[in-house]
Amino acid sequence: MKVAITSRSNSMDSFLDPRFGRCAYFAIHDTETKETEFVKNPSKDVNEGAGPSAVKFIASYKVEKAVAGEFGFKIKSLMNQVNIQMIVIQEEKTIKEIVDMLNK
Amino acid sequence: MEIAFLSGKGGTGKSSICAAFISIAKNVIAVDCDVDAANLYLIFPPKNTIETNYISGKNAIIHQDKCTQCGLCKELCQFDAINIAEGKFEVDSISCDGCALCFRKCPTKAIEMVDSDDSKLYFGDFRNGSIIYGRLSPGEENSGKFISVVRSLAREKSKELGIEDIIIDGPPGIGCPFMSTITGVDKVVVVTEPSMSGLVDLKRSIDVAQSFMQEIYVIINKYDLNPEVTNQIKEYCLEKNIEIIAFLPFDKEVVDAMINGQTIIEYNSESDISNRIREAYQIVFKS
Amino acid sequence: MKIAIASGKGGTGKTFVSTNLFKTFESLGHSTLLVDCDVECPNSLLFFDLKKVSDTKVTEYRPIIDADKCVYCGLCYEYCEYKAIFYVPELKHIKVLDNLCHGCKACSIACKHGAIEDSSTEIGDVSFFSDSNSHIFVEGRLKEGKIASIPIIKSAIKEASLLSYEYLLMDSSPGTSCPFIQTAVRSDYIVLVAEPTPFGLSDLKQSVETLNSINKDYGVIINRSGLGDIKVYDYLKDNEIPIIAEIPFSKEIARYYSEGKLAVSHIEEVKILFEEISNKIMKNGNSIS
Repeated sequence: MKVAITSRSNSMDSFLDPRFGRCAYFAIHDTETKETEFVKNPSKDVNEGAGPSAVKFIASYKVEKAVAGEFGFKIKSLMNQVNIQMIVIQEEKTIKEIVDMLNK
Repeated sequence: MEIAFLSGKGGTGKSSICAAFISIAKNVIAVDCDVDAANLYLIFPPKNTIETNYISGKNAIIHQDKCTQCGLCKELCQFDAINIAEGKFEVDSISCDGCALCFRKCPTKAIEMVDSDDSKLYFGDFRNGSIIYGRLSPGEENSGKFISVVRSLAREKSKELGIEDIIIDGPPGIGCPFMSTITGVDKVVVVTEPSMSGLVDLKRSIDVAQSFMQEIYVIINKYDLNPEVTNQIKEYCLEKNIEIIAFLPFDKEVVDAMINGQTIIEYNSESDISNRIREAYQIVFKS
Repeated sequence: MKIAIASGKGGTGKTFVSTNLFKTFESLGHSTLLVDCDVECPNSLLFFDLKKVSDTKVTEYRPIIDADKCVYCGLCYEYCEYKAIFYVPELKHIKVLDNLCHGCKACSIACKHGAIEDSSTEIGDVSFFSDSNSHIFVEGRLKEGKIASIPIIKSAIKEASLLSYEYLLMDSSPGTSCPFIQTAVRSDYIVLVAEPTPFGLSDLKQSVETLNSINKDYGVIINRSGLGDIKVYDYLKDNEIPIIAEIPFSKEIARYYSEGKLAVSHIEEVKILFEEISNKIMKNGNSIS
């Protein structure tokens, strides 16, 4: 299963980015191969519709779960449409810590 | 905590009360989202201001040398933004929405999309923290979008400077800017005044705000100007289960404070109105 | 002749001026139509006892995507400047996001497979009202939760212009952005209402800047004079902007306003003042047109 995690930078030590639509990077983690790929969020700086574009972007990676500090009101319904489960983490955690949690 | 001040109609004293909250908060990020008519900076003049240009969108322009006057752009435009003046096709930049359909479809490629970047974003330090405000160039559209940019800058600065509280002076009305302001804030304070139009606008703003969030408070400003309507507002809030956190009397000192470049809290900290605002502040920030 | 009543910020008394001016124009024997163009918060008609006569829905274009005909080529997604098409080809998922759509129709033009059907959504209405003397009033109103106020302002003014009146008084949206400009460009003369306070001055400057950019003739009414300072007067003098009148601050005026009553019908001095204002505005306007 693949999981998208919002990340402030592009390494395992980076912290989770609280924003979903305008996060800096997505860490795409595969729980089977245990590999994590960092990809720039292309919708970070768009003027409008950053949320929907970000959903589209991670859906194209066929992820089943997404981790962020918050998901906007409008994003939730889109996530449901593409069957991506949302996980909210409010504490300051690194990508590595979150990946470890997912693999437990 | 991120708090937005709103009022369905303008002139209810929203900015003055918002400024008073900022004085009480002491260390705060003040955000002026009333980008049409930003005013907070007049009370809180910033130092070391950083100015950046903001691209508010794109507008189409028609290059006359390539235009064959076929009229396709005019036919396609949903915004009535193409005019014919003296046999020439021209884009009315006020009406142009920047959808780029004419640009994509022009058979002779006579249309170009250009950035509109006359709007500005300001950031600086003031006596109670940092202040962020924007100024749209005259007649610029899409202030909703601009507000999200102003707000994300506020959130970035809040992280960077370790200042937790963000207080936003919102725009009047209930359209796009209003919604961009309340999306994702923790609490909303609606400032109203007891007049028939004030009540109607209050209802409209609360209806919209309630579809987004739960924590909405009301402040009735100049409540003594019309006790009857004040009662109607009370009944309405009771029915909607919304807490009224302050009844503020009409007080000329609020204007005097403004002329003096101060908030009412700074101008006369022990006045009745200052005490009432402090109590309201406690209610909003304690929970 | 079309006159817009506007202000850089709300609550300066724009609606107060519009409604009392309307009453005065009428009492001076001029046929006048009051149009509320403050479509986000229309409330100038609260001051009159009115019955709705008719209303016209204002709609905006919306596409409907037929998922059976869609080949997931992504061209509509590419054409949409507003990111209003939620498109995930990997999952064969496509949908229009109503709250982001501006109704530009680009997606429909882009689609080569007949998968987009043209439709529309209601964004507000333009209503006609009548009082007991059969005076007509017009109001544009944006539907709650909708964002596009411009089409409603445009159609309110268009519908109102179809009726024949000597004067059209338009209560404009506050602010200096699009809604204000849309009303201003459609008028022959603009009355700016301003307060003599630092906030009021800052807002007035922005309105003036905007009006200068579209080359319109205007004058200023200073409302609640005596409540602020003199900087507004200095500014107007330095920039040679005409002051139409000053309306003094009075709790009595504020009270009548808050009760939804017209001050000109109850306070003699206000009545006289508004007659002077009306005469000045008509004179100014007529010298232009």
